[in-house]
Amino acid sequence: MSAPRYAELRARLRSSRVVLVMTAALVVIALFALAGPLISPHSYQTTALDTKLAAPSLSDARWFGTDELGRDLFVRSMLGVRVSLLVAVIASLVSLVIGVLYGAVAGYVGGRLDAAMMRIVDTLYALPFVFFVILLTVYFDRNFFLIFVAIGAINWLDMARIVRGQTISLKEREFVQAARLSGVSSRGIIARHIAPNVAGVVIVYLTLTVPQALLFESFLSFLGLGVQEPQASLGALVNDGVRQMEQAPWVLLIPGTLLAVILLCFNFLGDGLRDAFDTRETPR
Amino acid sequence: MQQQGAIVYALMRLASAIPTLLLVIVLAFLMMRAAPGGPFDDQRALPAETAANIERAYDLEAPLHRQLWSYIGGILKGDLGPSYRYPDYSVSELIASALPLSAQIGAISLAVSLLVGSLAGVWAAVRRNTLTDRLVSAVAMTGISVPVFVVAPLLVLVFAVQLDWFPASWAGSTGAERLLLPVVALSLPQIAYVARLMRVSMIEVLSSDYIRAARAQGLPTATIVTAHALRPAVLPLLSYLGPAIAAVLTGSVVVEQIFGVPGLGQLFVRAALNRDYPLVLGIVILYAVLVIALNLIVDILYGFVDPRIRRR
Repeated sequence: MSAPRYAELRARLRSSRVVLVMTAALVVIALFALAGPLISPHSYQTTALDTKLAAPSLSDARWFGTDELGRDLFVRSMLGVRVSLLVAVIASLVSLVIGVLYGAVAGYVGGRLDAAMMRIVDTLYALPFVFFVILLTVYFDRNFFLIFVAIGAINWLDMARIVRGQTISLKEREFVQAARLSGVSSRGIIARHIAPNVAGVVIVYLTLTVPQALLFESFLSFLGLGVQEPQASLGALVNDGVRQMEQAPWVLLIPGTLLAVILLCFNFLGDGLRDAFDTRETPR
Repeated sequence: MQQQGAIVYALMRLASAIPTLLLVIVLAFLMMRAAPGGPFDDQRALPAETAANIERAYDLEAPLHRQLWSYIGGILKGDLGPSYRYPDYSVSELIASALPLSAQIGAISLAVSLLVGSLAGVWAAVRRNTLTDRLVSAVAMTGISVPVFVVAPLLVLVFAVQLDWFPASWAGSTGAERLLLPVVALSLPQIAYVARLMRVSMIEVLSSDYIRAARAQGLPTATIVTAHALRPAVLPLLSYLGPAIAAVLTGSVVVEQIFGVPGLGQLFVRAALNRDYPLVLGIVILYAVLVIALNLIVDILYGFVDPRIRRR
């Protein structure tokens, strides 16, 4: 009886350590992305054709080298991290708002409305959304706002399902029924009792939504359908790097590594949080 | 009796796929018509007569619902209209010339992912909490995190440019070896997903009572895994097939771009950048049909394999 408890505790401790380390790593990366351009003397858009594709070096503060137009890769990478993270976080918030509202309403109201709302989610699930977003970006010129909305509009589906499930199980609990008996309106119950109680699960899920959104933004930018020059995002930088990789591999390796490391941190963080919150018996 | 239940379930799923499909077509069609600008918007305004001729040729003069109606009618006959960009070809012809190659690469990648991924997952599950397990899990996590469009150029850089083992681009060779790098790039993330899924599922099965009973009888681990645990553990994998197929389709857009494979993904991106609306529309509808149909097949299979699912 005591042995498995101990093992579980140890597993939790390990996952909380993972959570701490990954959070710290992400904070460091985000701070670097914010402060980096201030440290460097170079600008993200000044071209210098005499120093194009310079290798990374400490002299002249070219820490990451330069790209094919002689623009400073350090500053551009930091800008790319900033843009990618911003898009990912905002898109995740969009999906959070839509998903939580939709899921909470469907789960709380139940019955025919719930069935209809979930039928819509099922239908949307079957669509190849990536291609629809590409359609969107082609039709309505590539603006930044659209990218946020489009990515958020994809990711809310999972969120809605999870929140709905949680809401259904919460709604039968005593404190919710007590609130209902004392005359609190449905809106009040959803806002004051359901929403705060699904927050834990939502936050865990959000840490898995952010990397998805990040990946998707990079995918669009990689295809040339995302942010426009001279702006940069990690995907756009990787795309530049692919063209130059034979002469200057670092132009690919630096943004590629940054992107991979950020995604890895988020995925480990999400996994760790899930393990820490997971109260099911099966250990992962 | 049980078979009957599965067949009813299959028919119900089939019926529910049709509205989804219609929704896709209508949505994509309306988006295309709402799109600003077109391939014929030149600097210089066209003479009215020419413009009218073009409109007639591309069926743009009828009211919108008529256009939609004739477009759907065309789809039923396998006609997706003419391409804007390549006037000599119909959209169907362009798709037909690009699809087989993409399908081949996609199918091989999917098979490789399922095979390698489930082997790695089972291996890690059997050796749970050992160094092997941690290693497999860490590698799988990395595989999930590193995007296809970073892996693919790295493969080119290492295996084609530095080591010169494989051709760097599609045009550089004619043999089967040119399939290898695209397939590897496309499979790696899926292998990682499958391995993780299989590991968790296998661990769950291995800790169930009937496996404990088999162990108590003294059966060797290999027999327990292959004869008793594998079948129930594979079930969750079946439901992952749908997302896996969608991921391979998406991934192929990137992989074909990087390796210069003249497949559907490349055709799609080029059509999108050229604003060749009929071609984009045709390919989106094809992708949707593929995803919906394959999901349908997976669901129906599931209904036959697992009776519990039919009660929902």
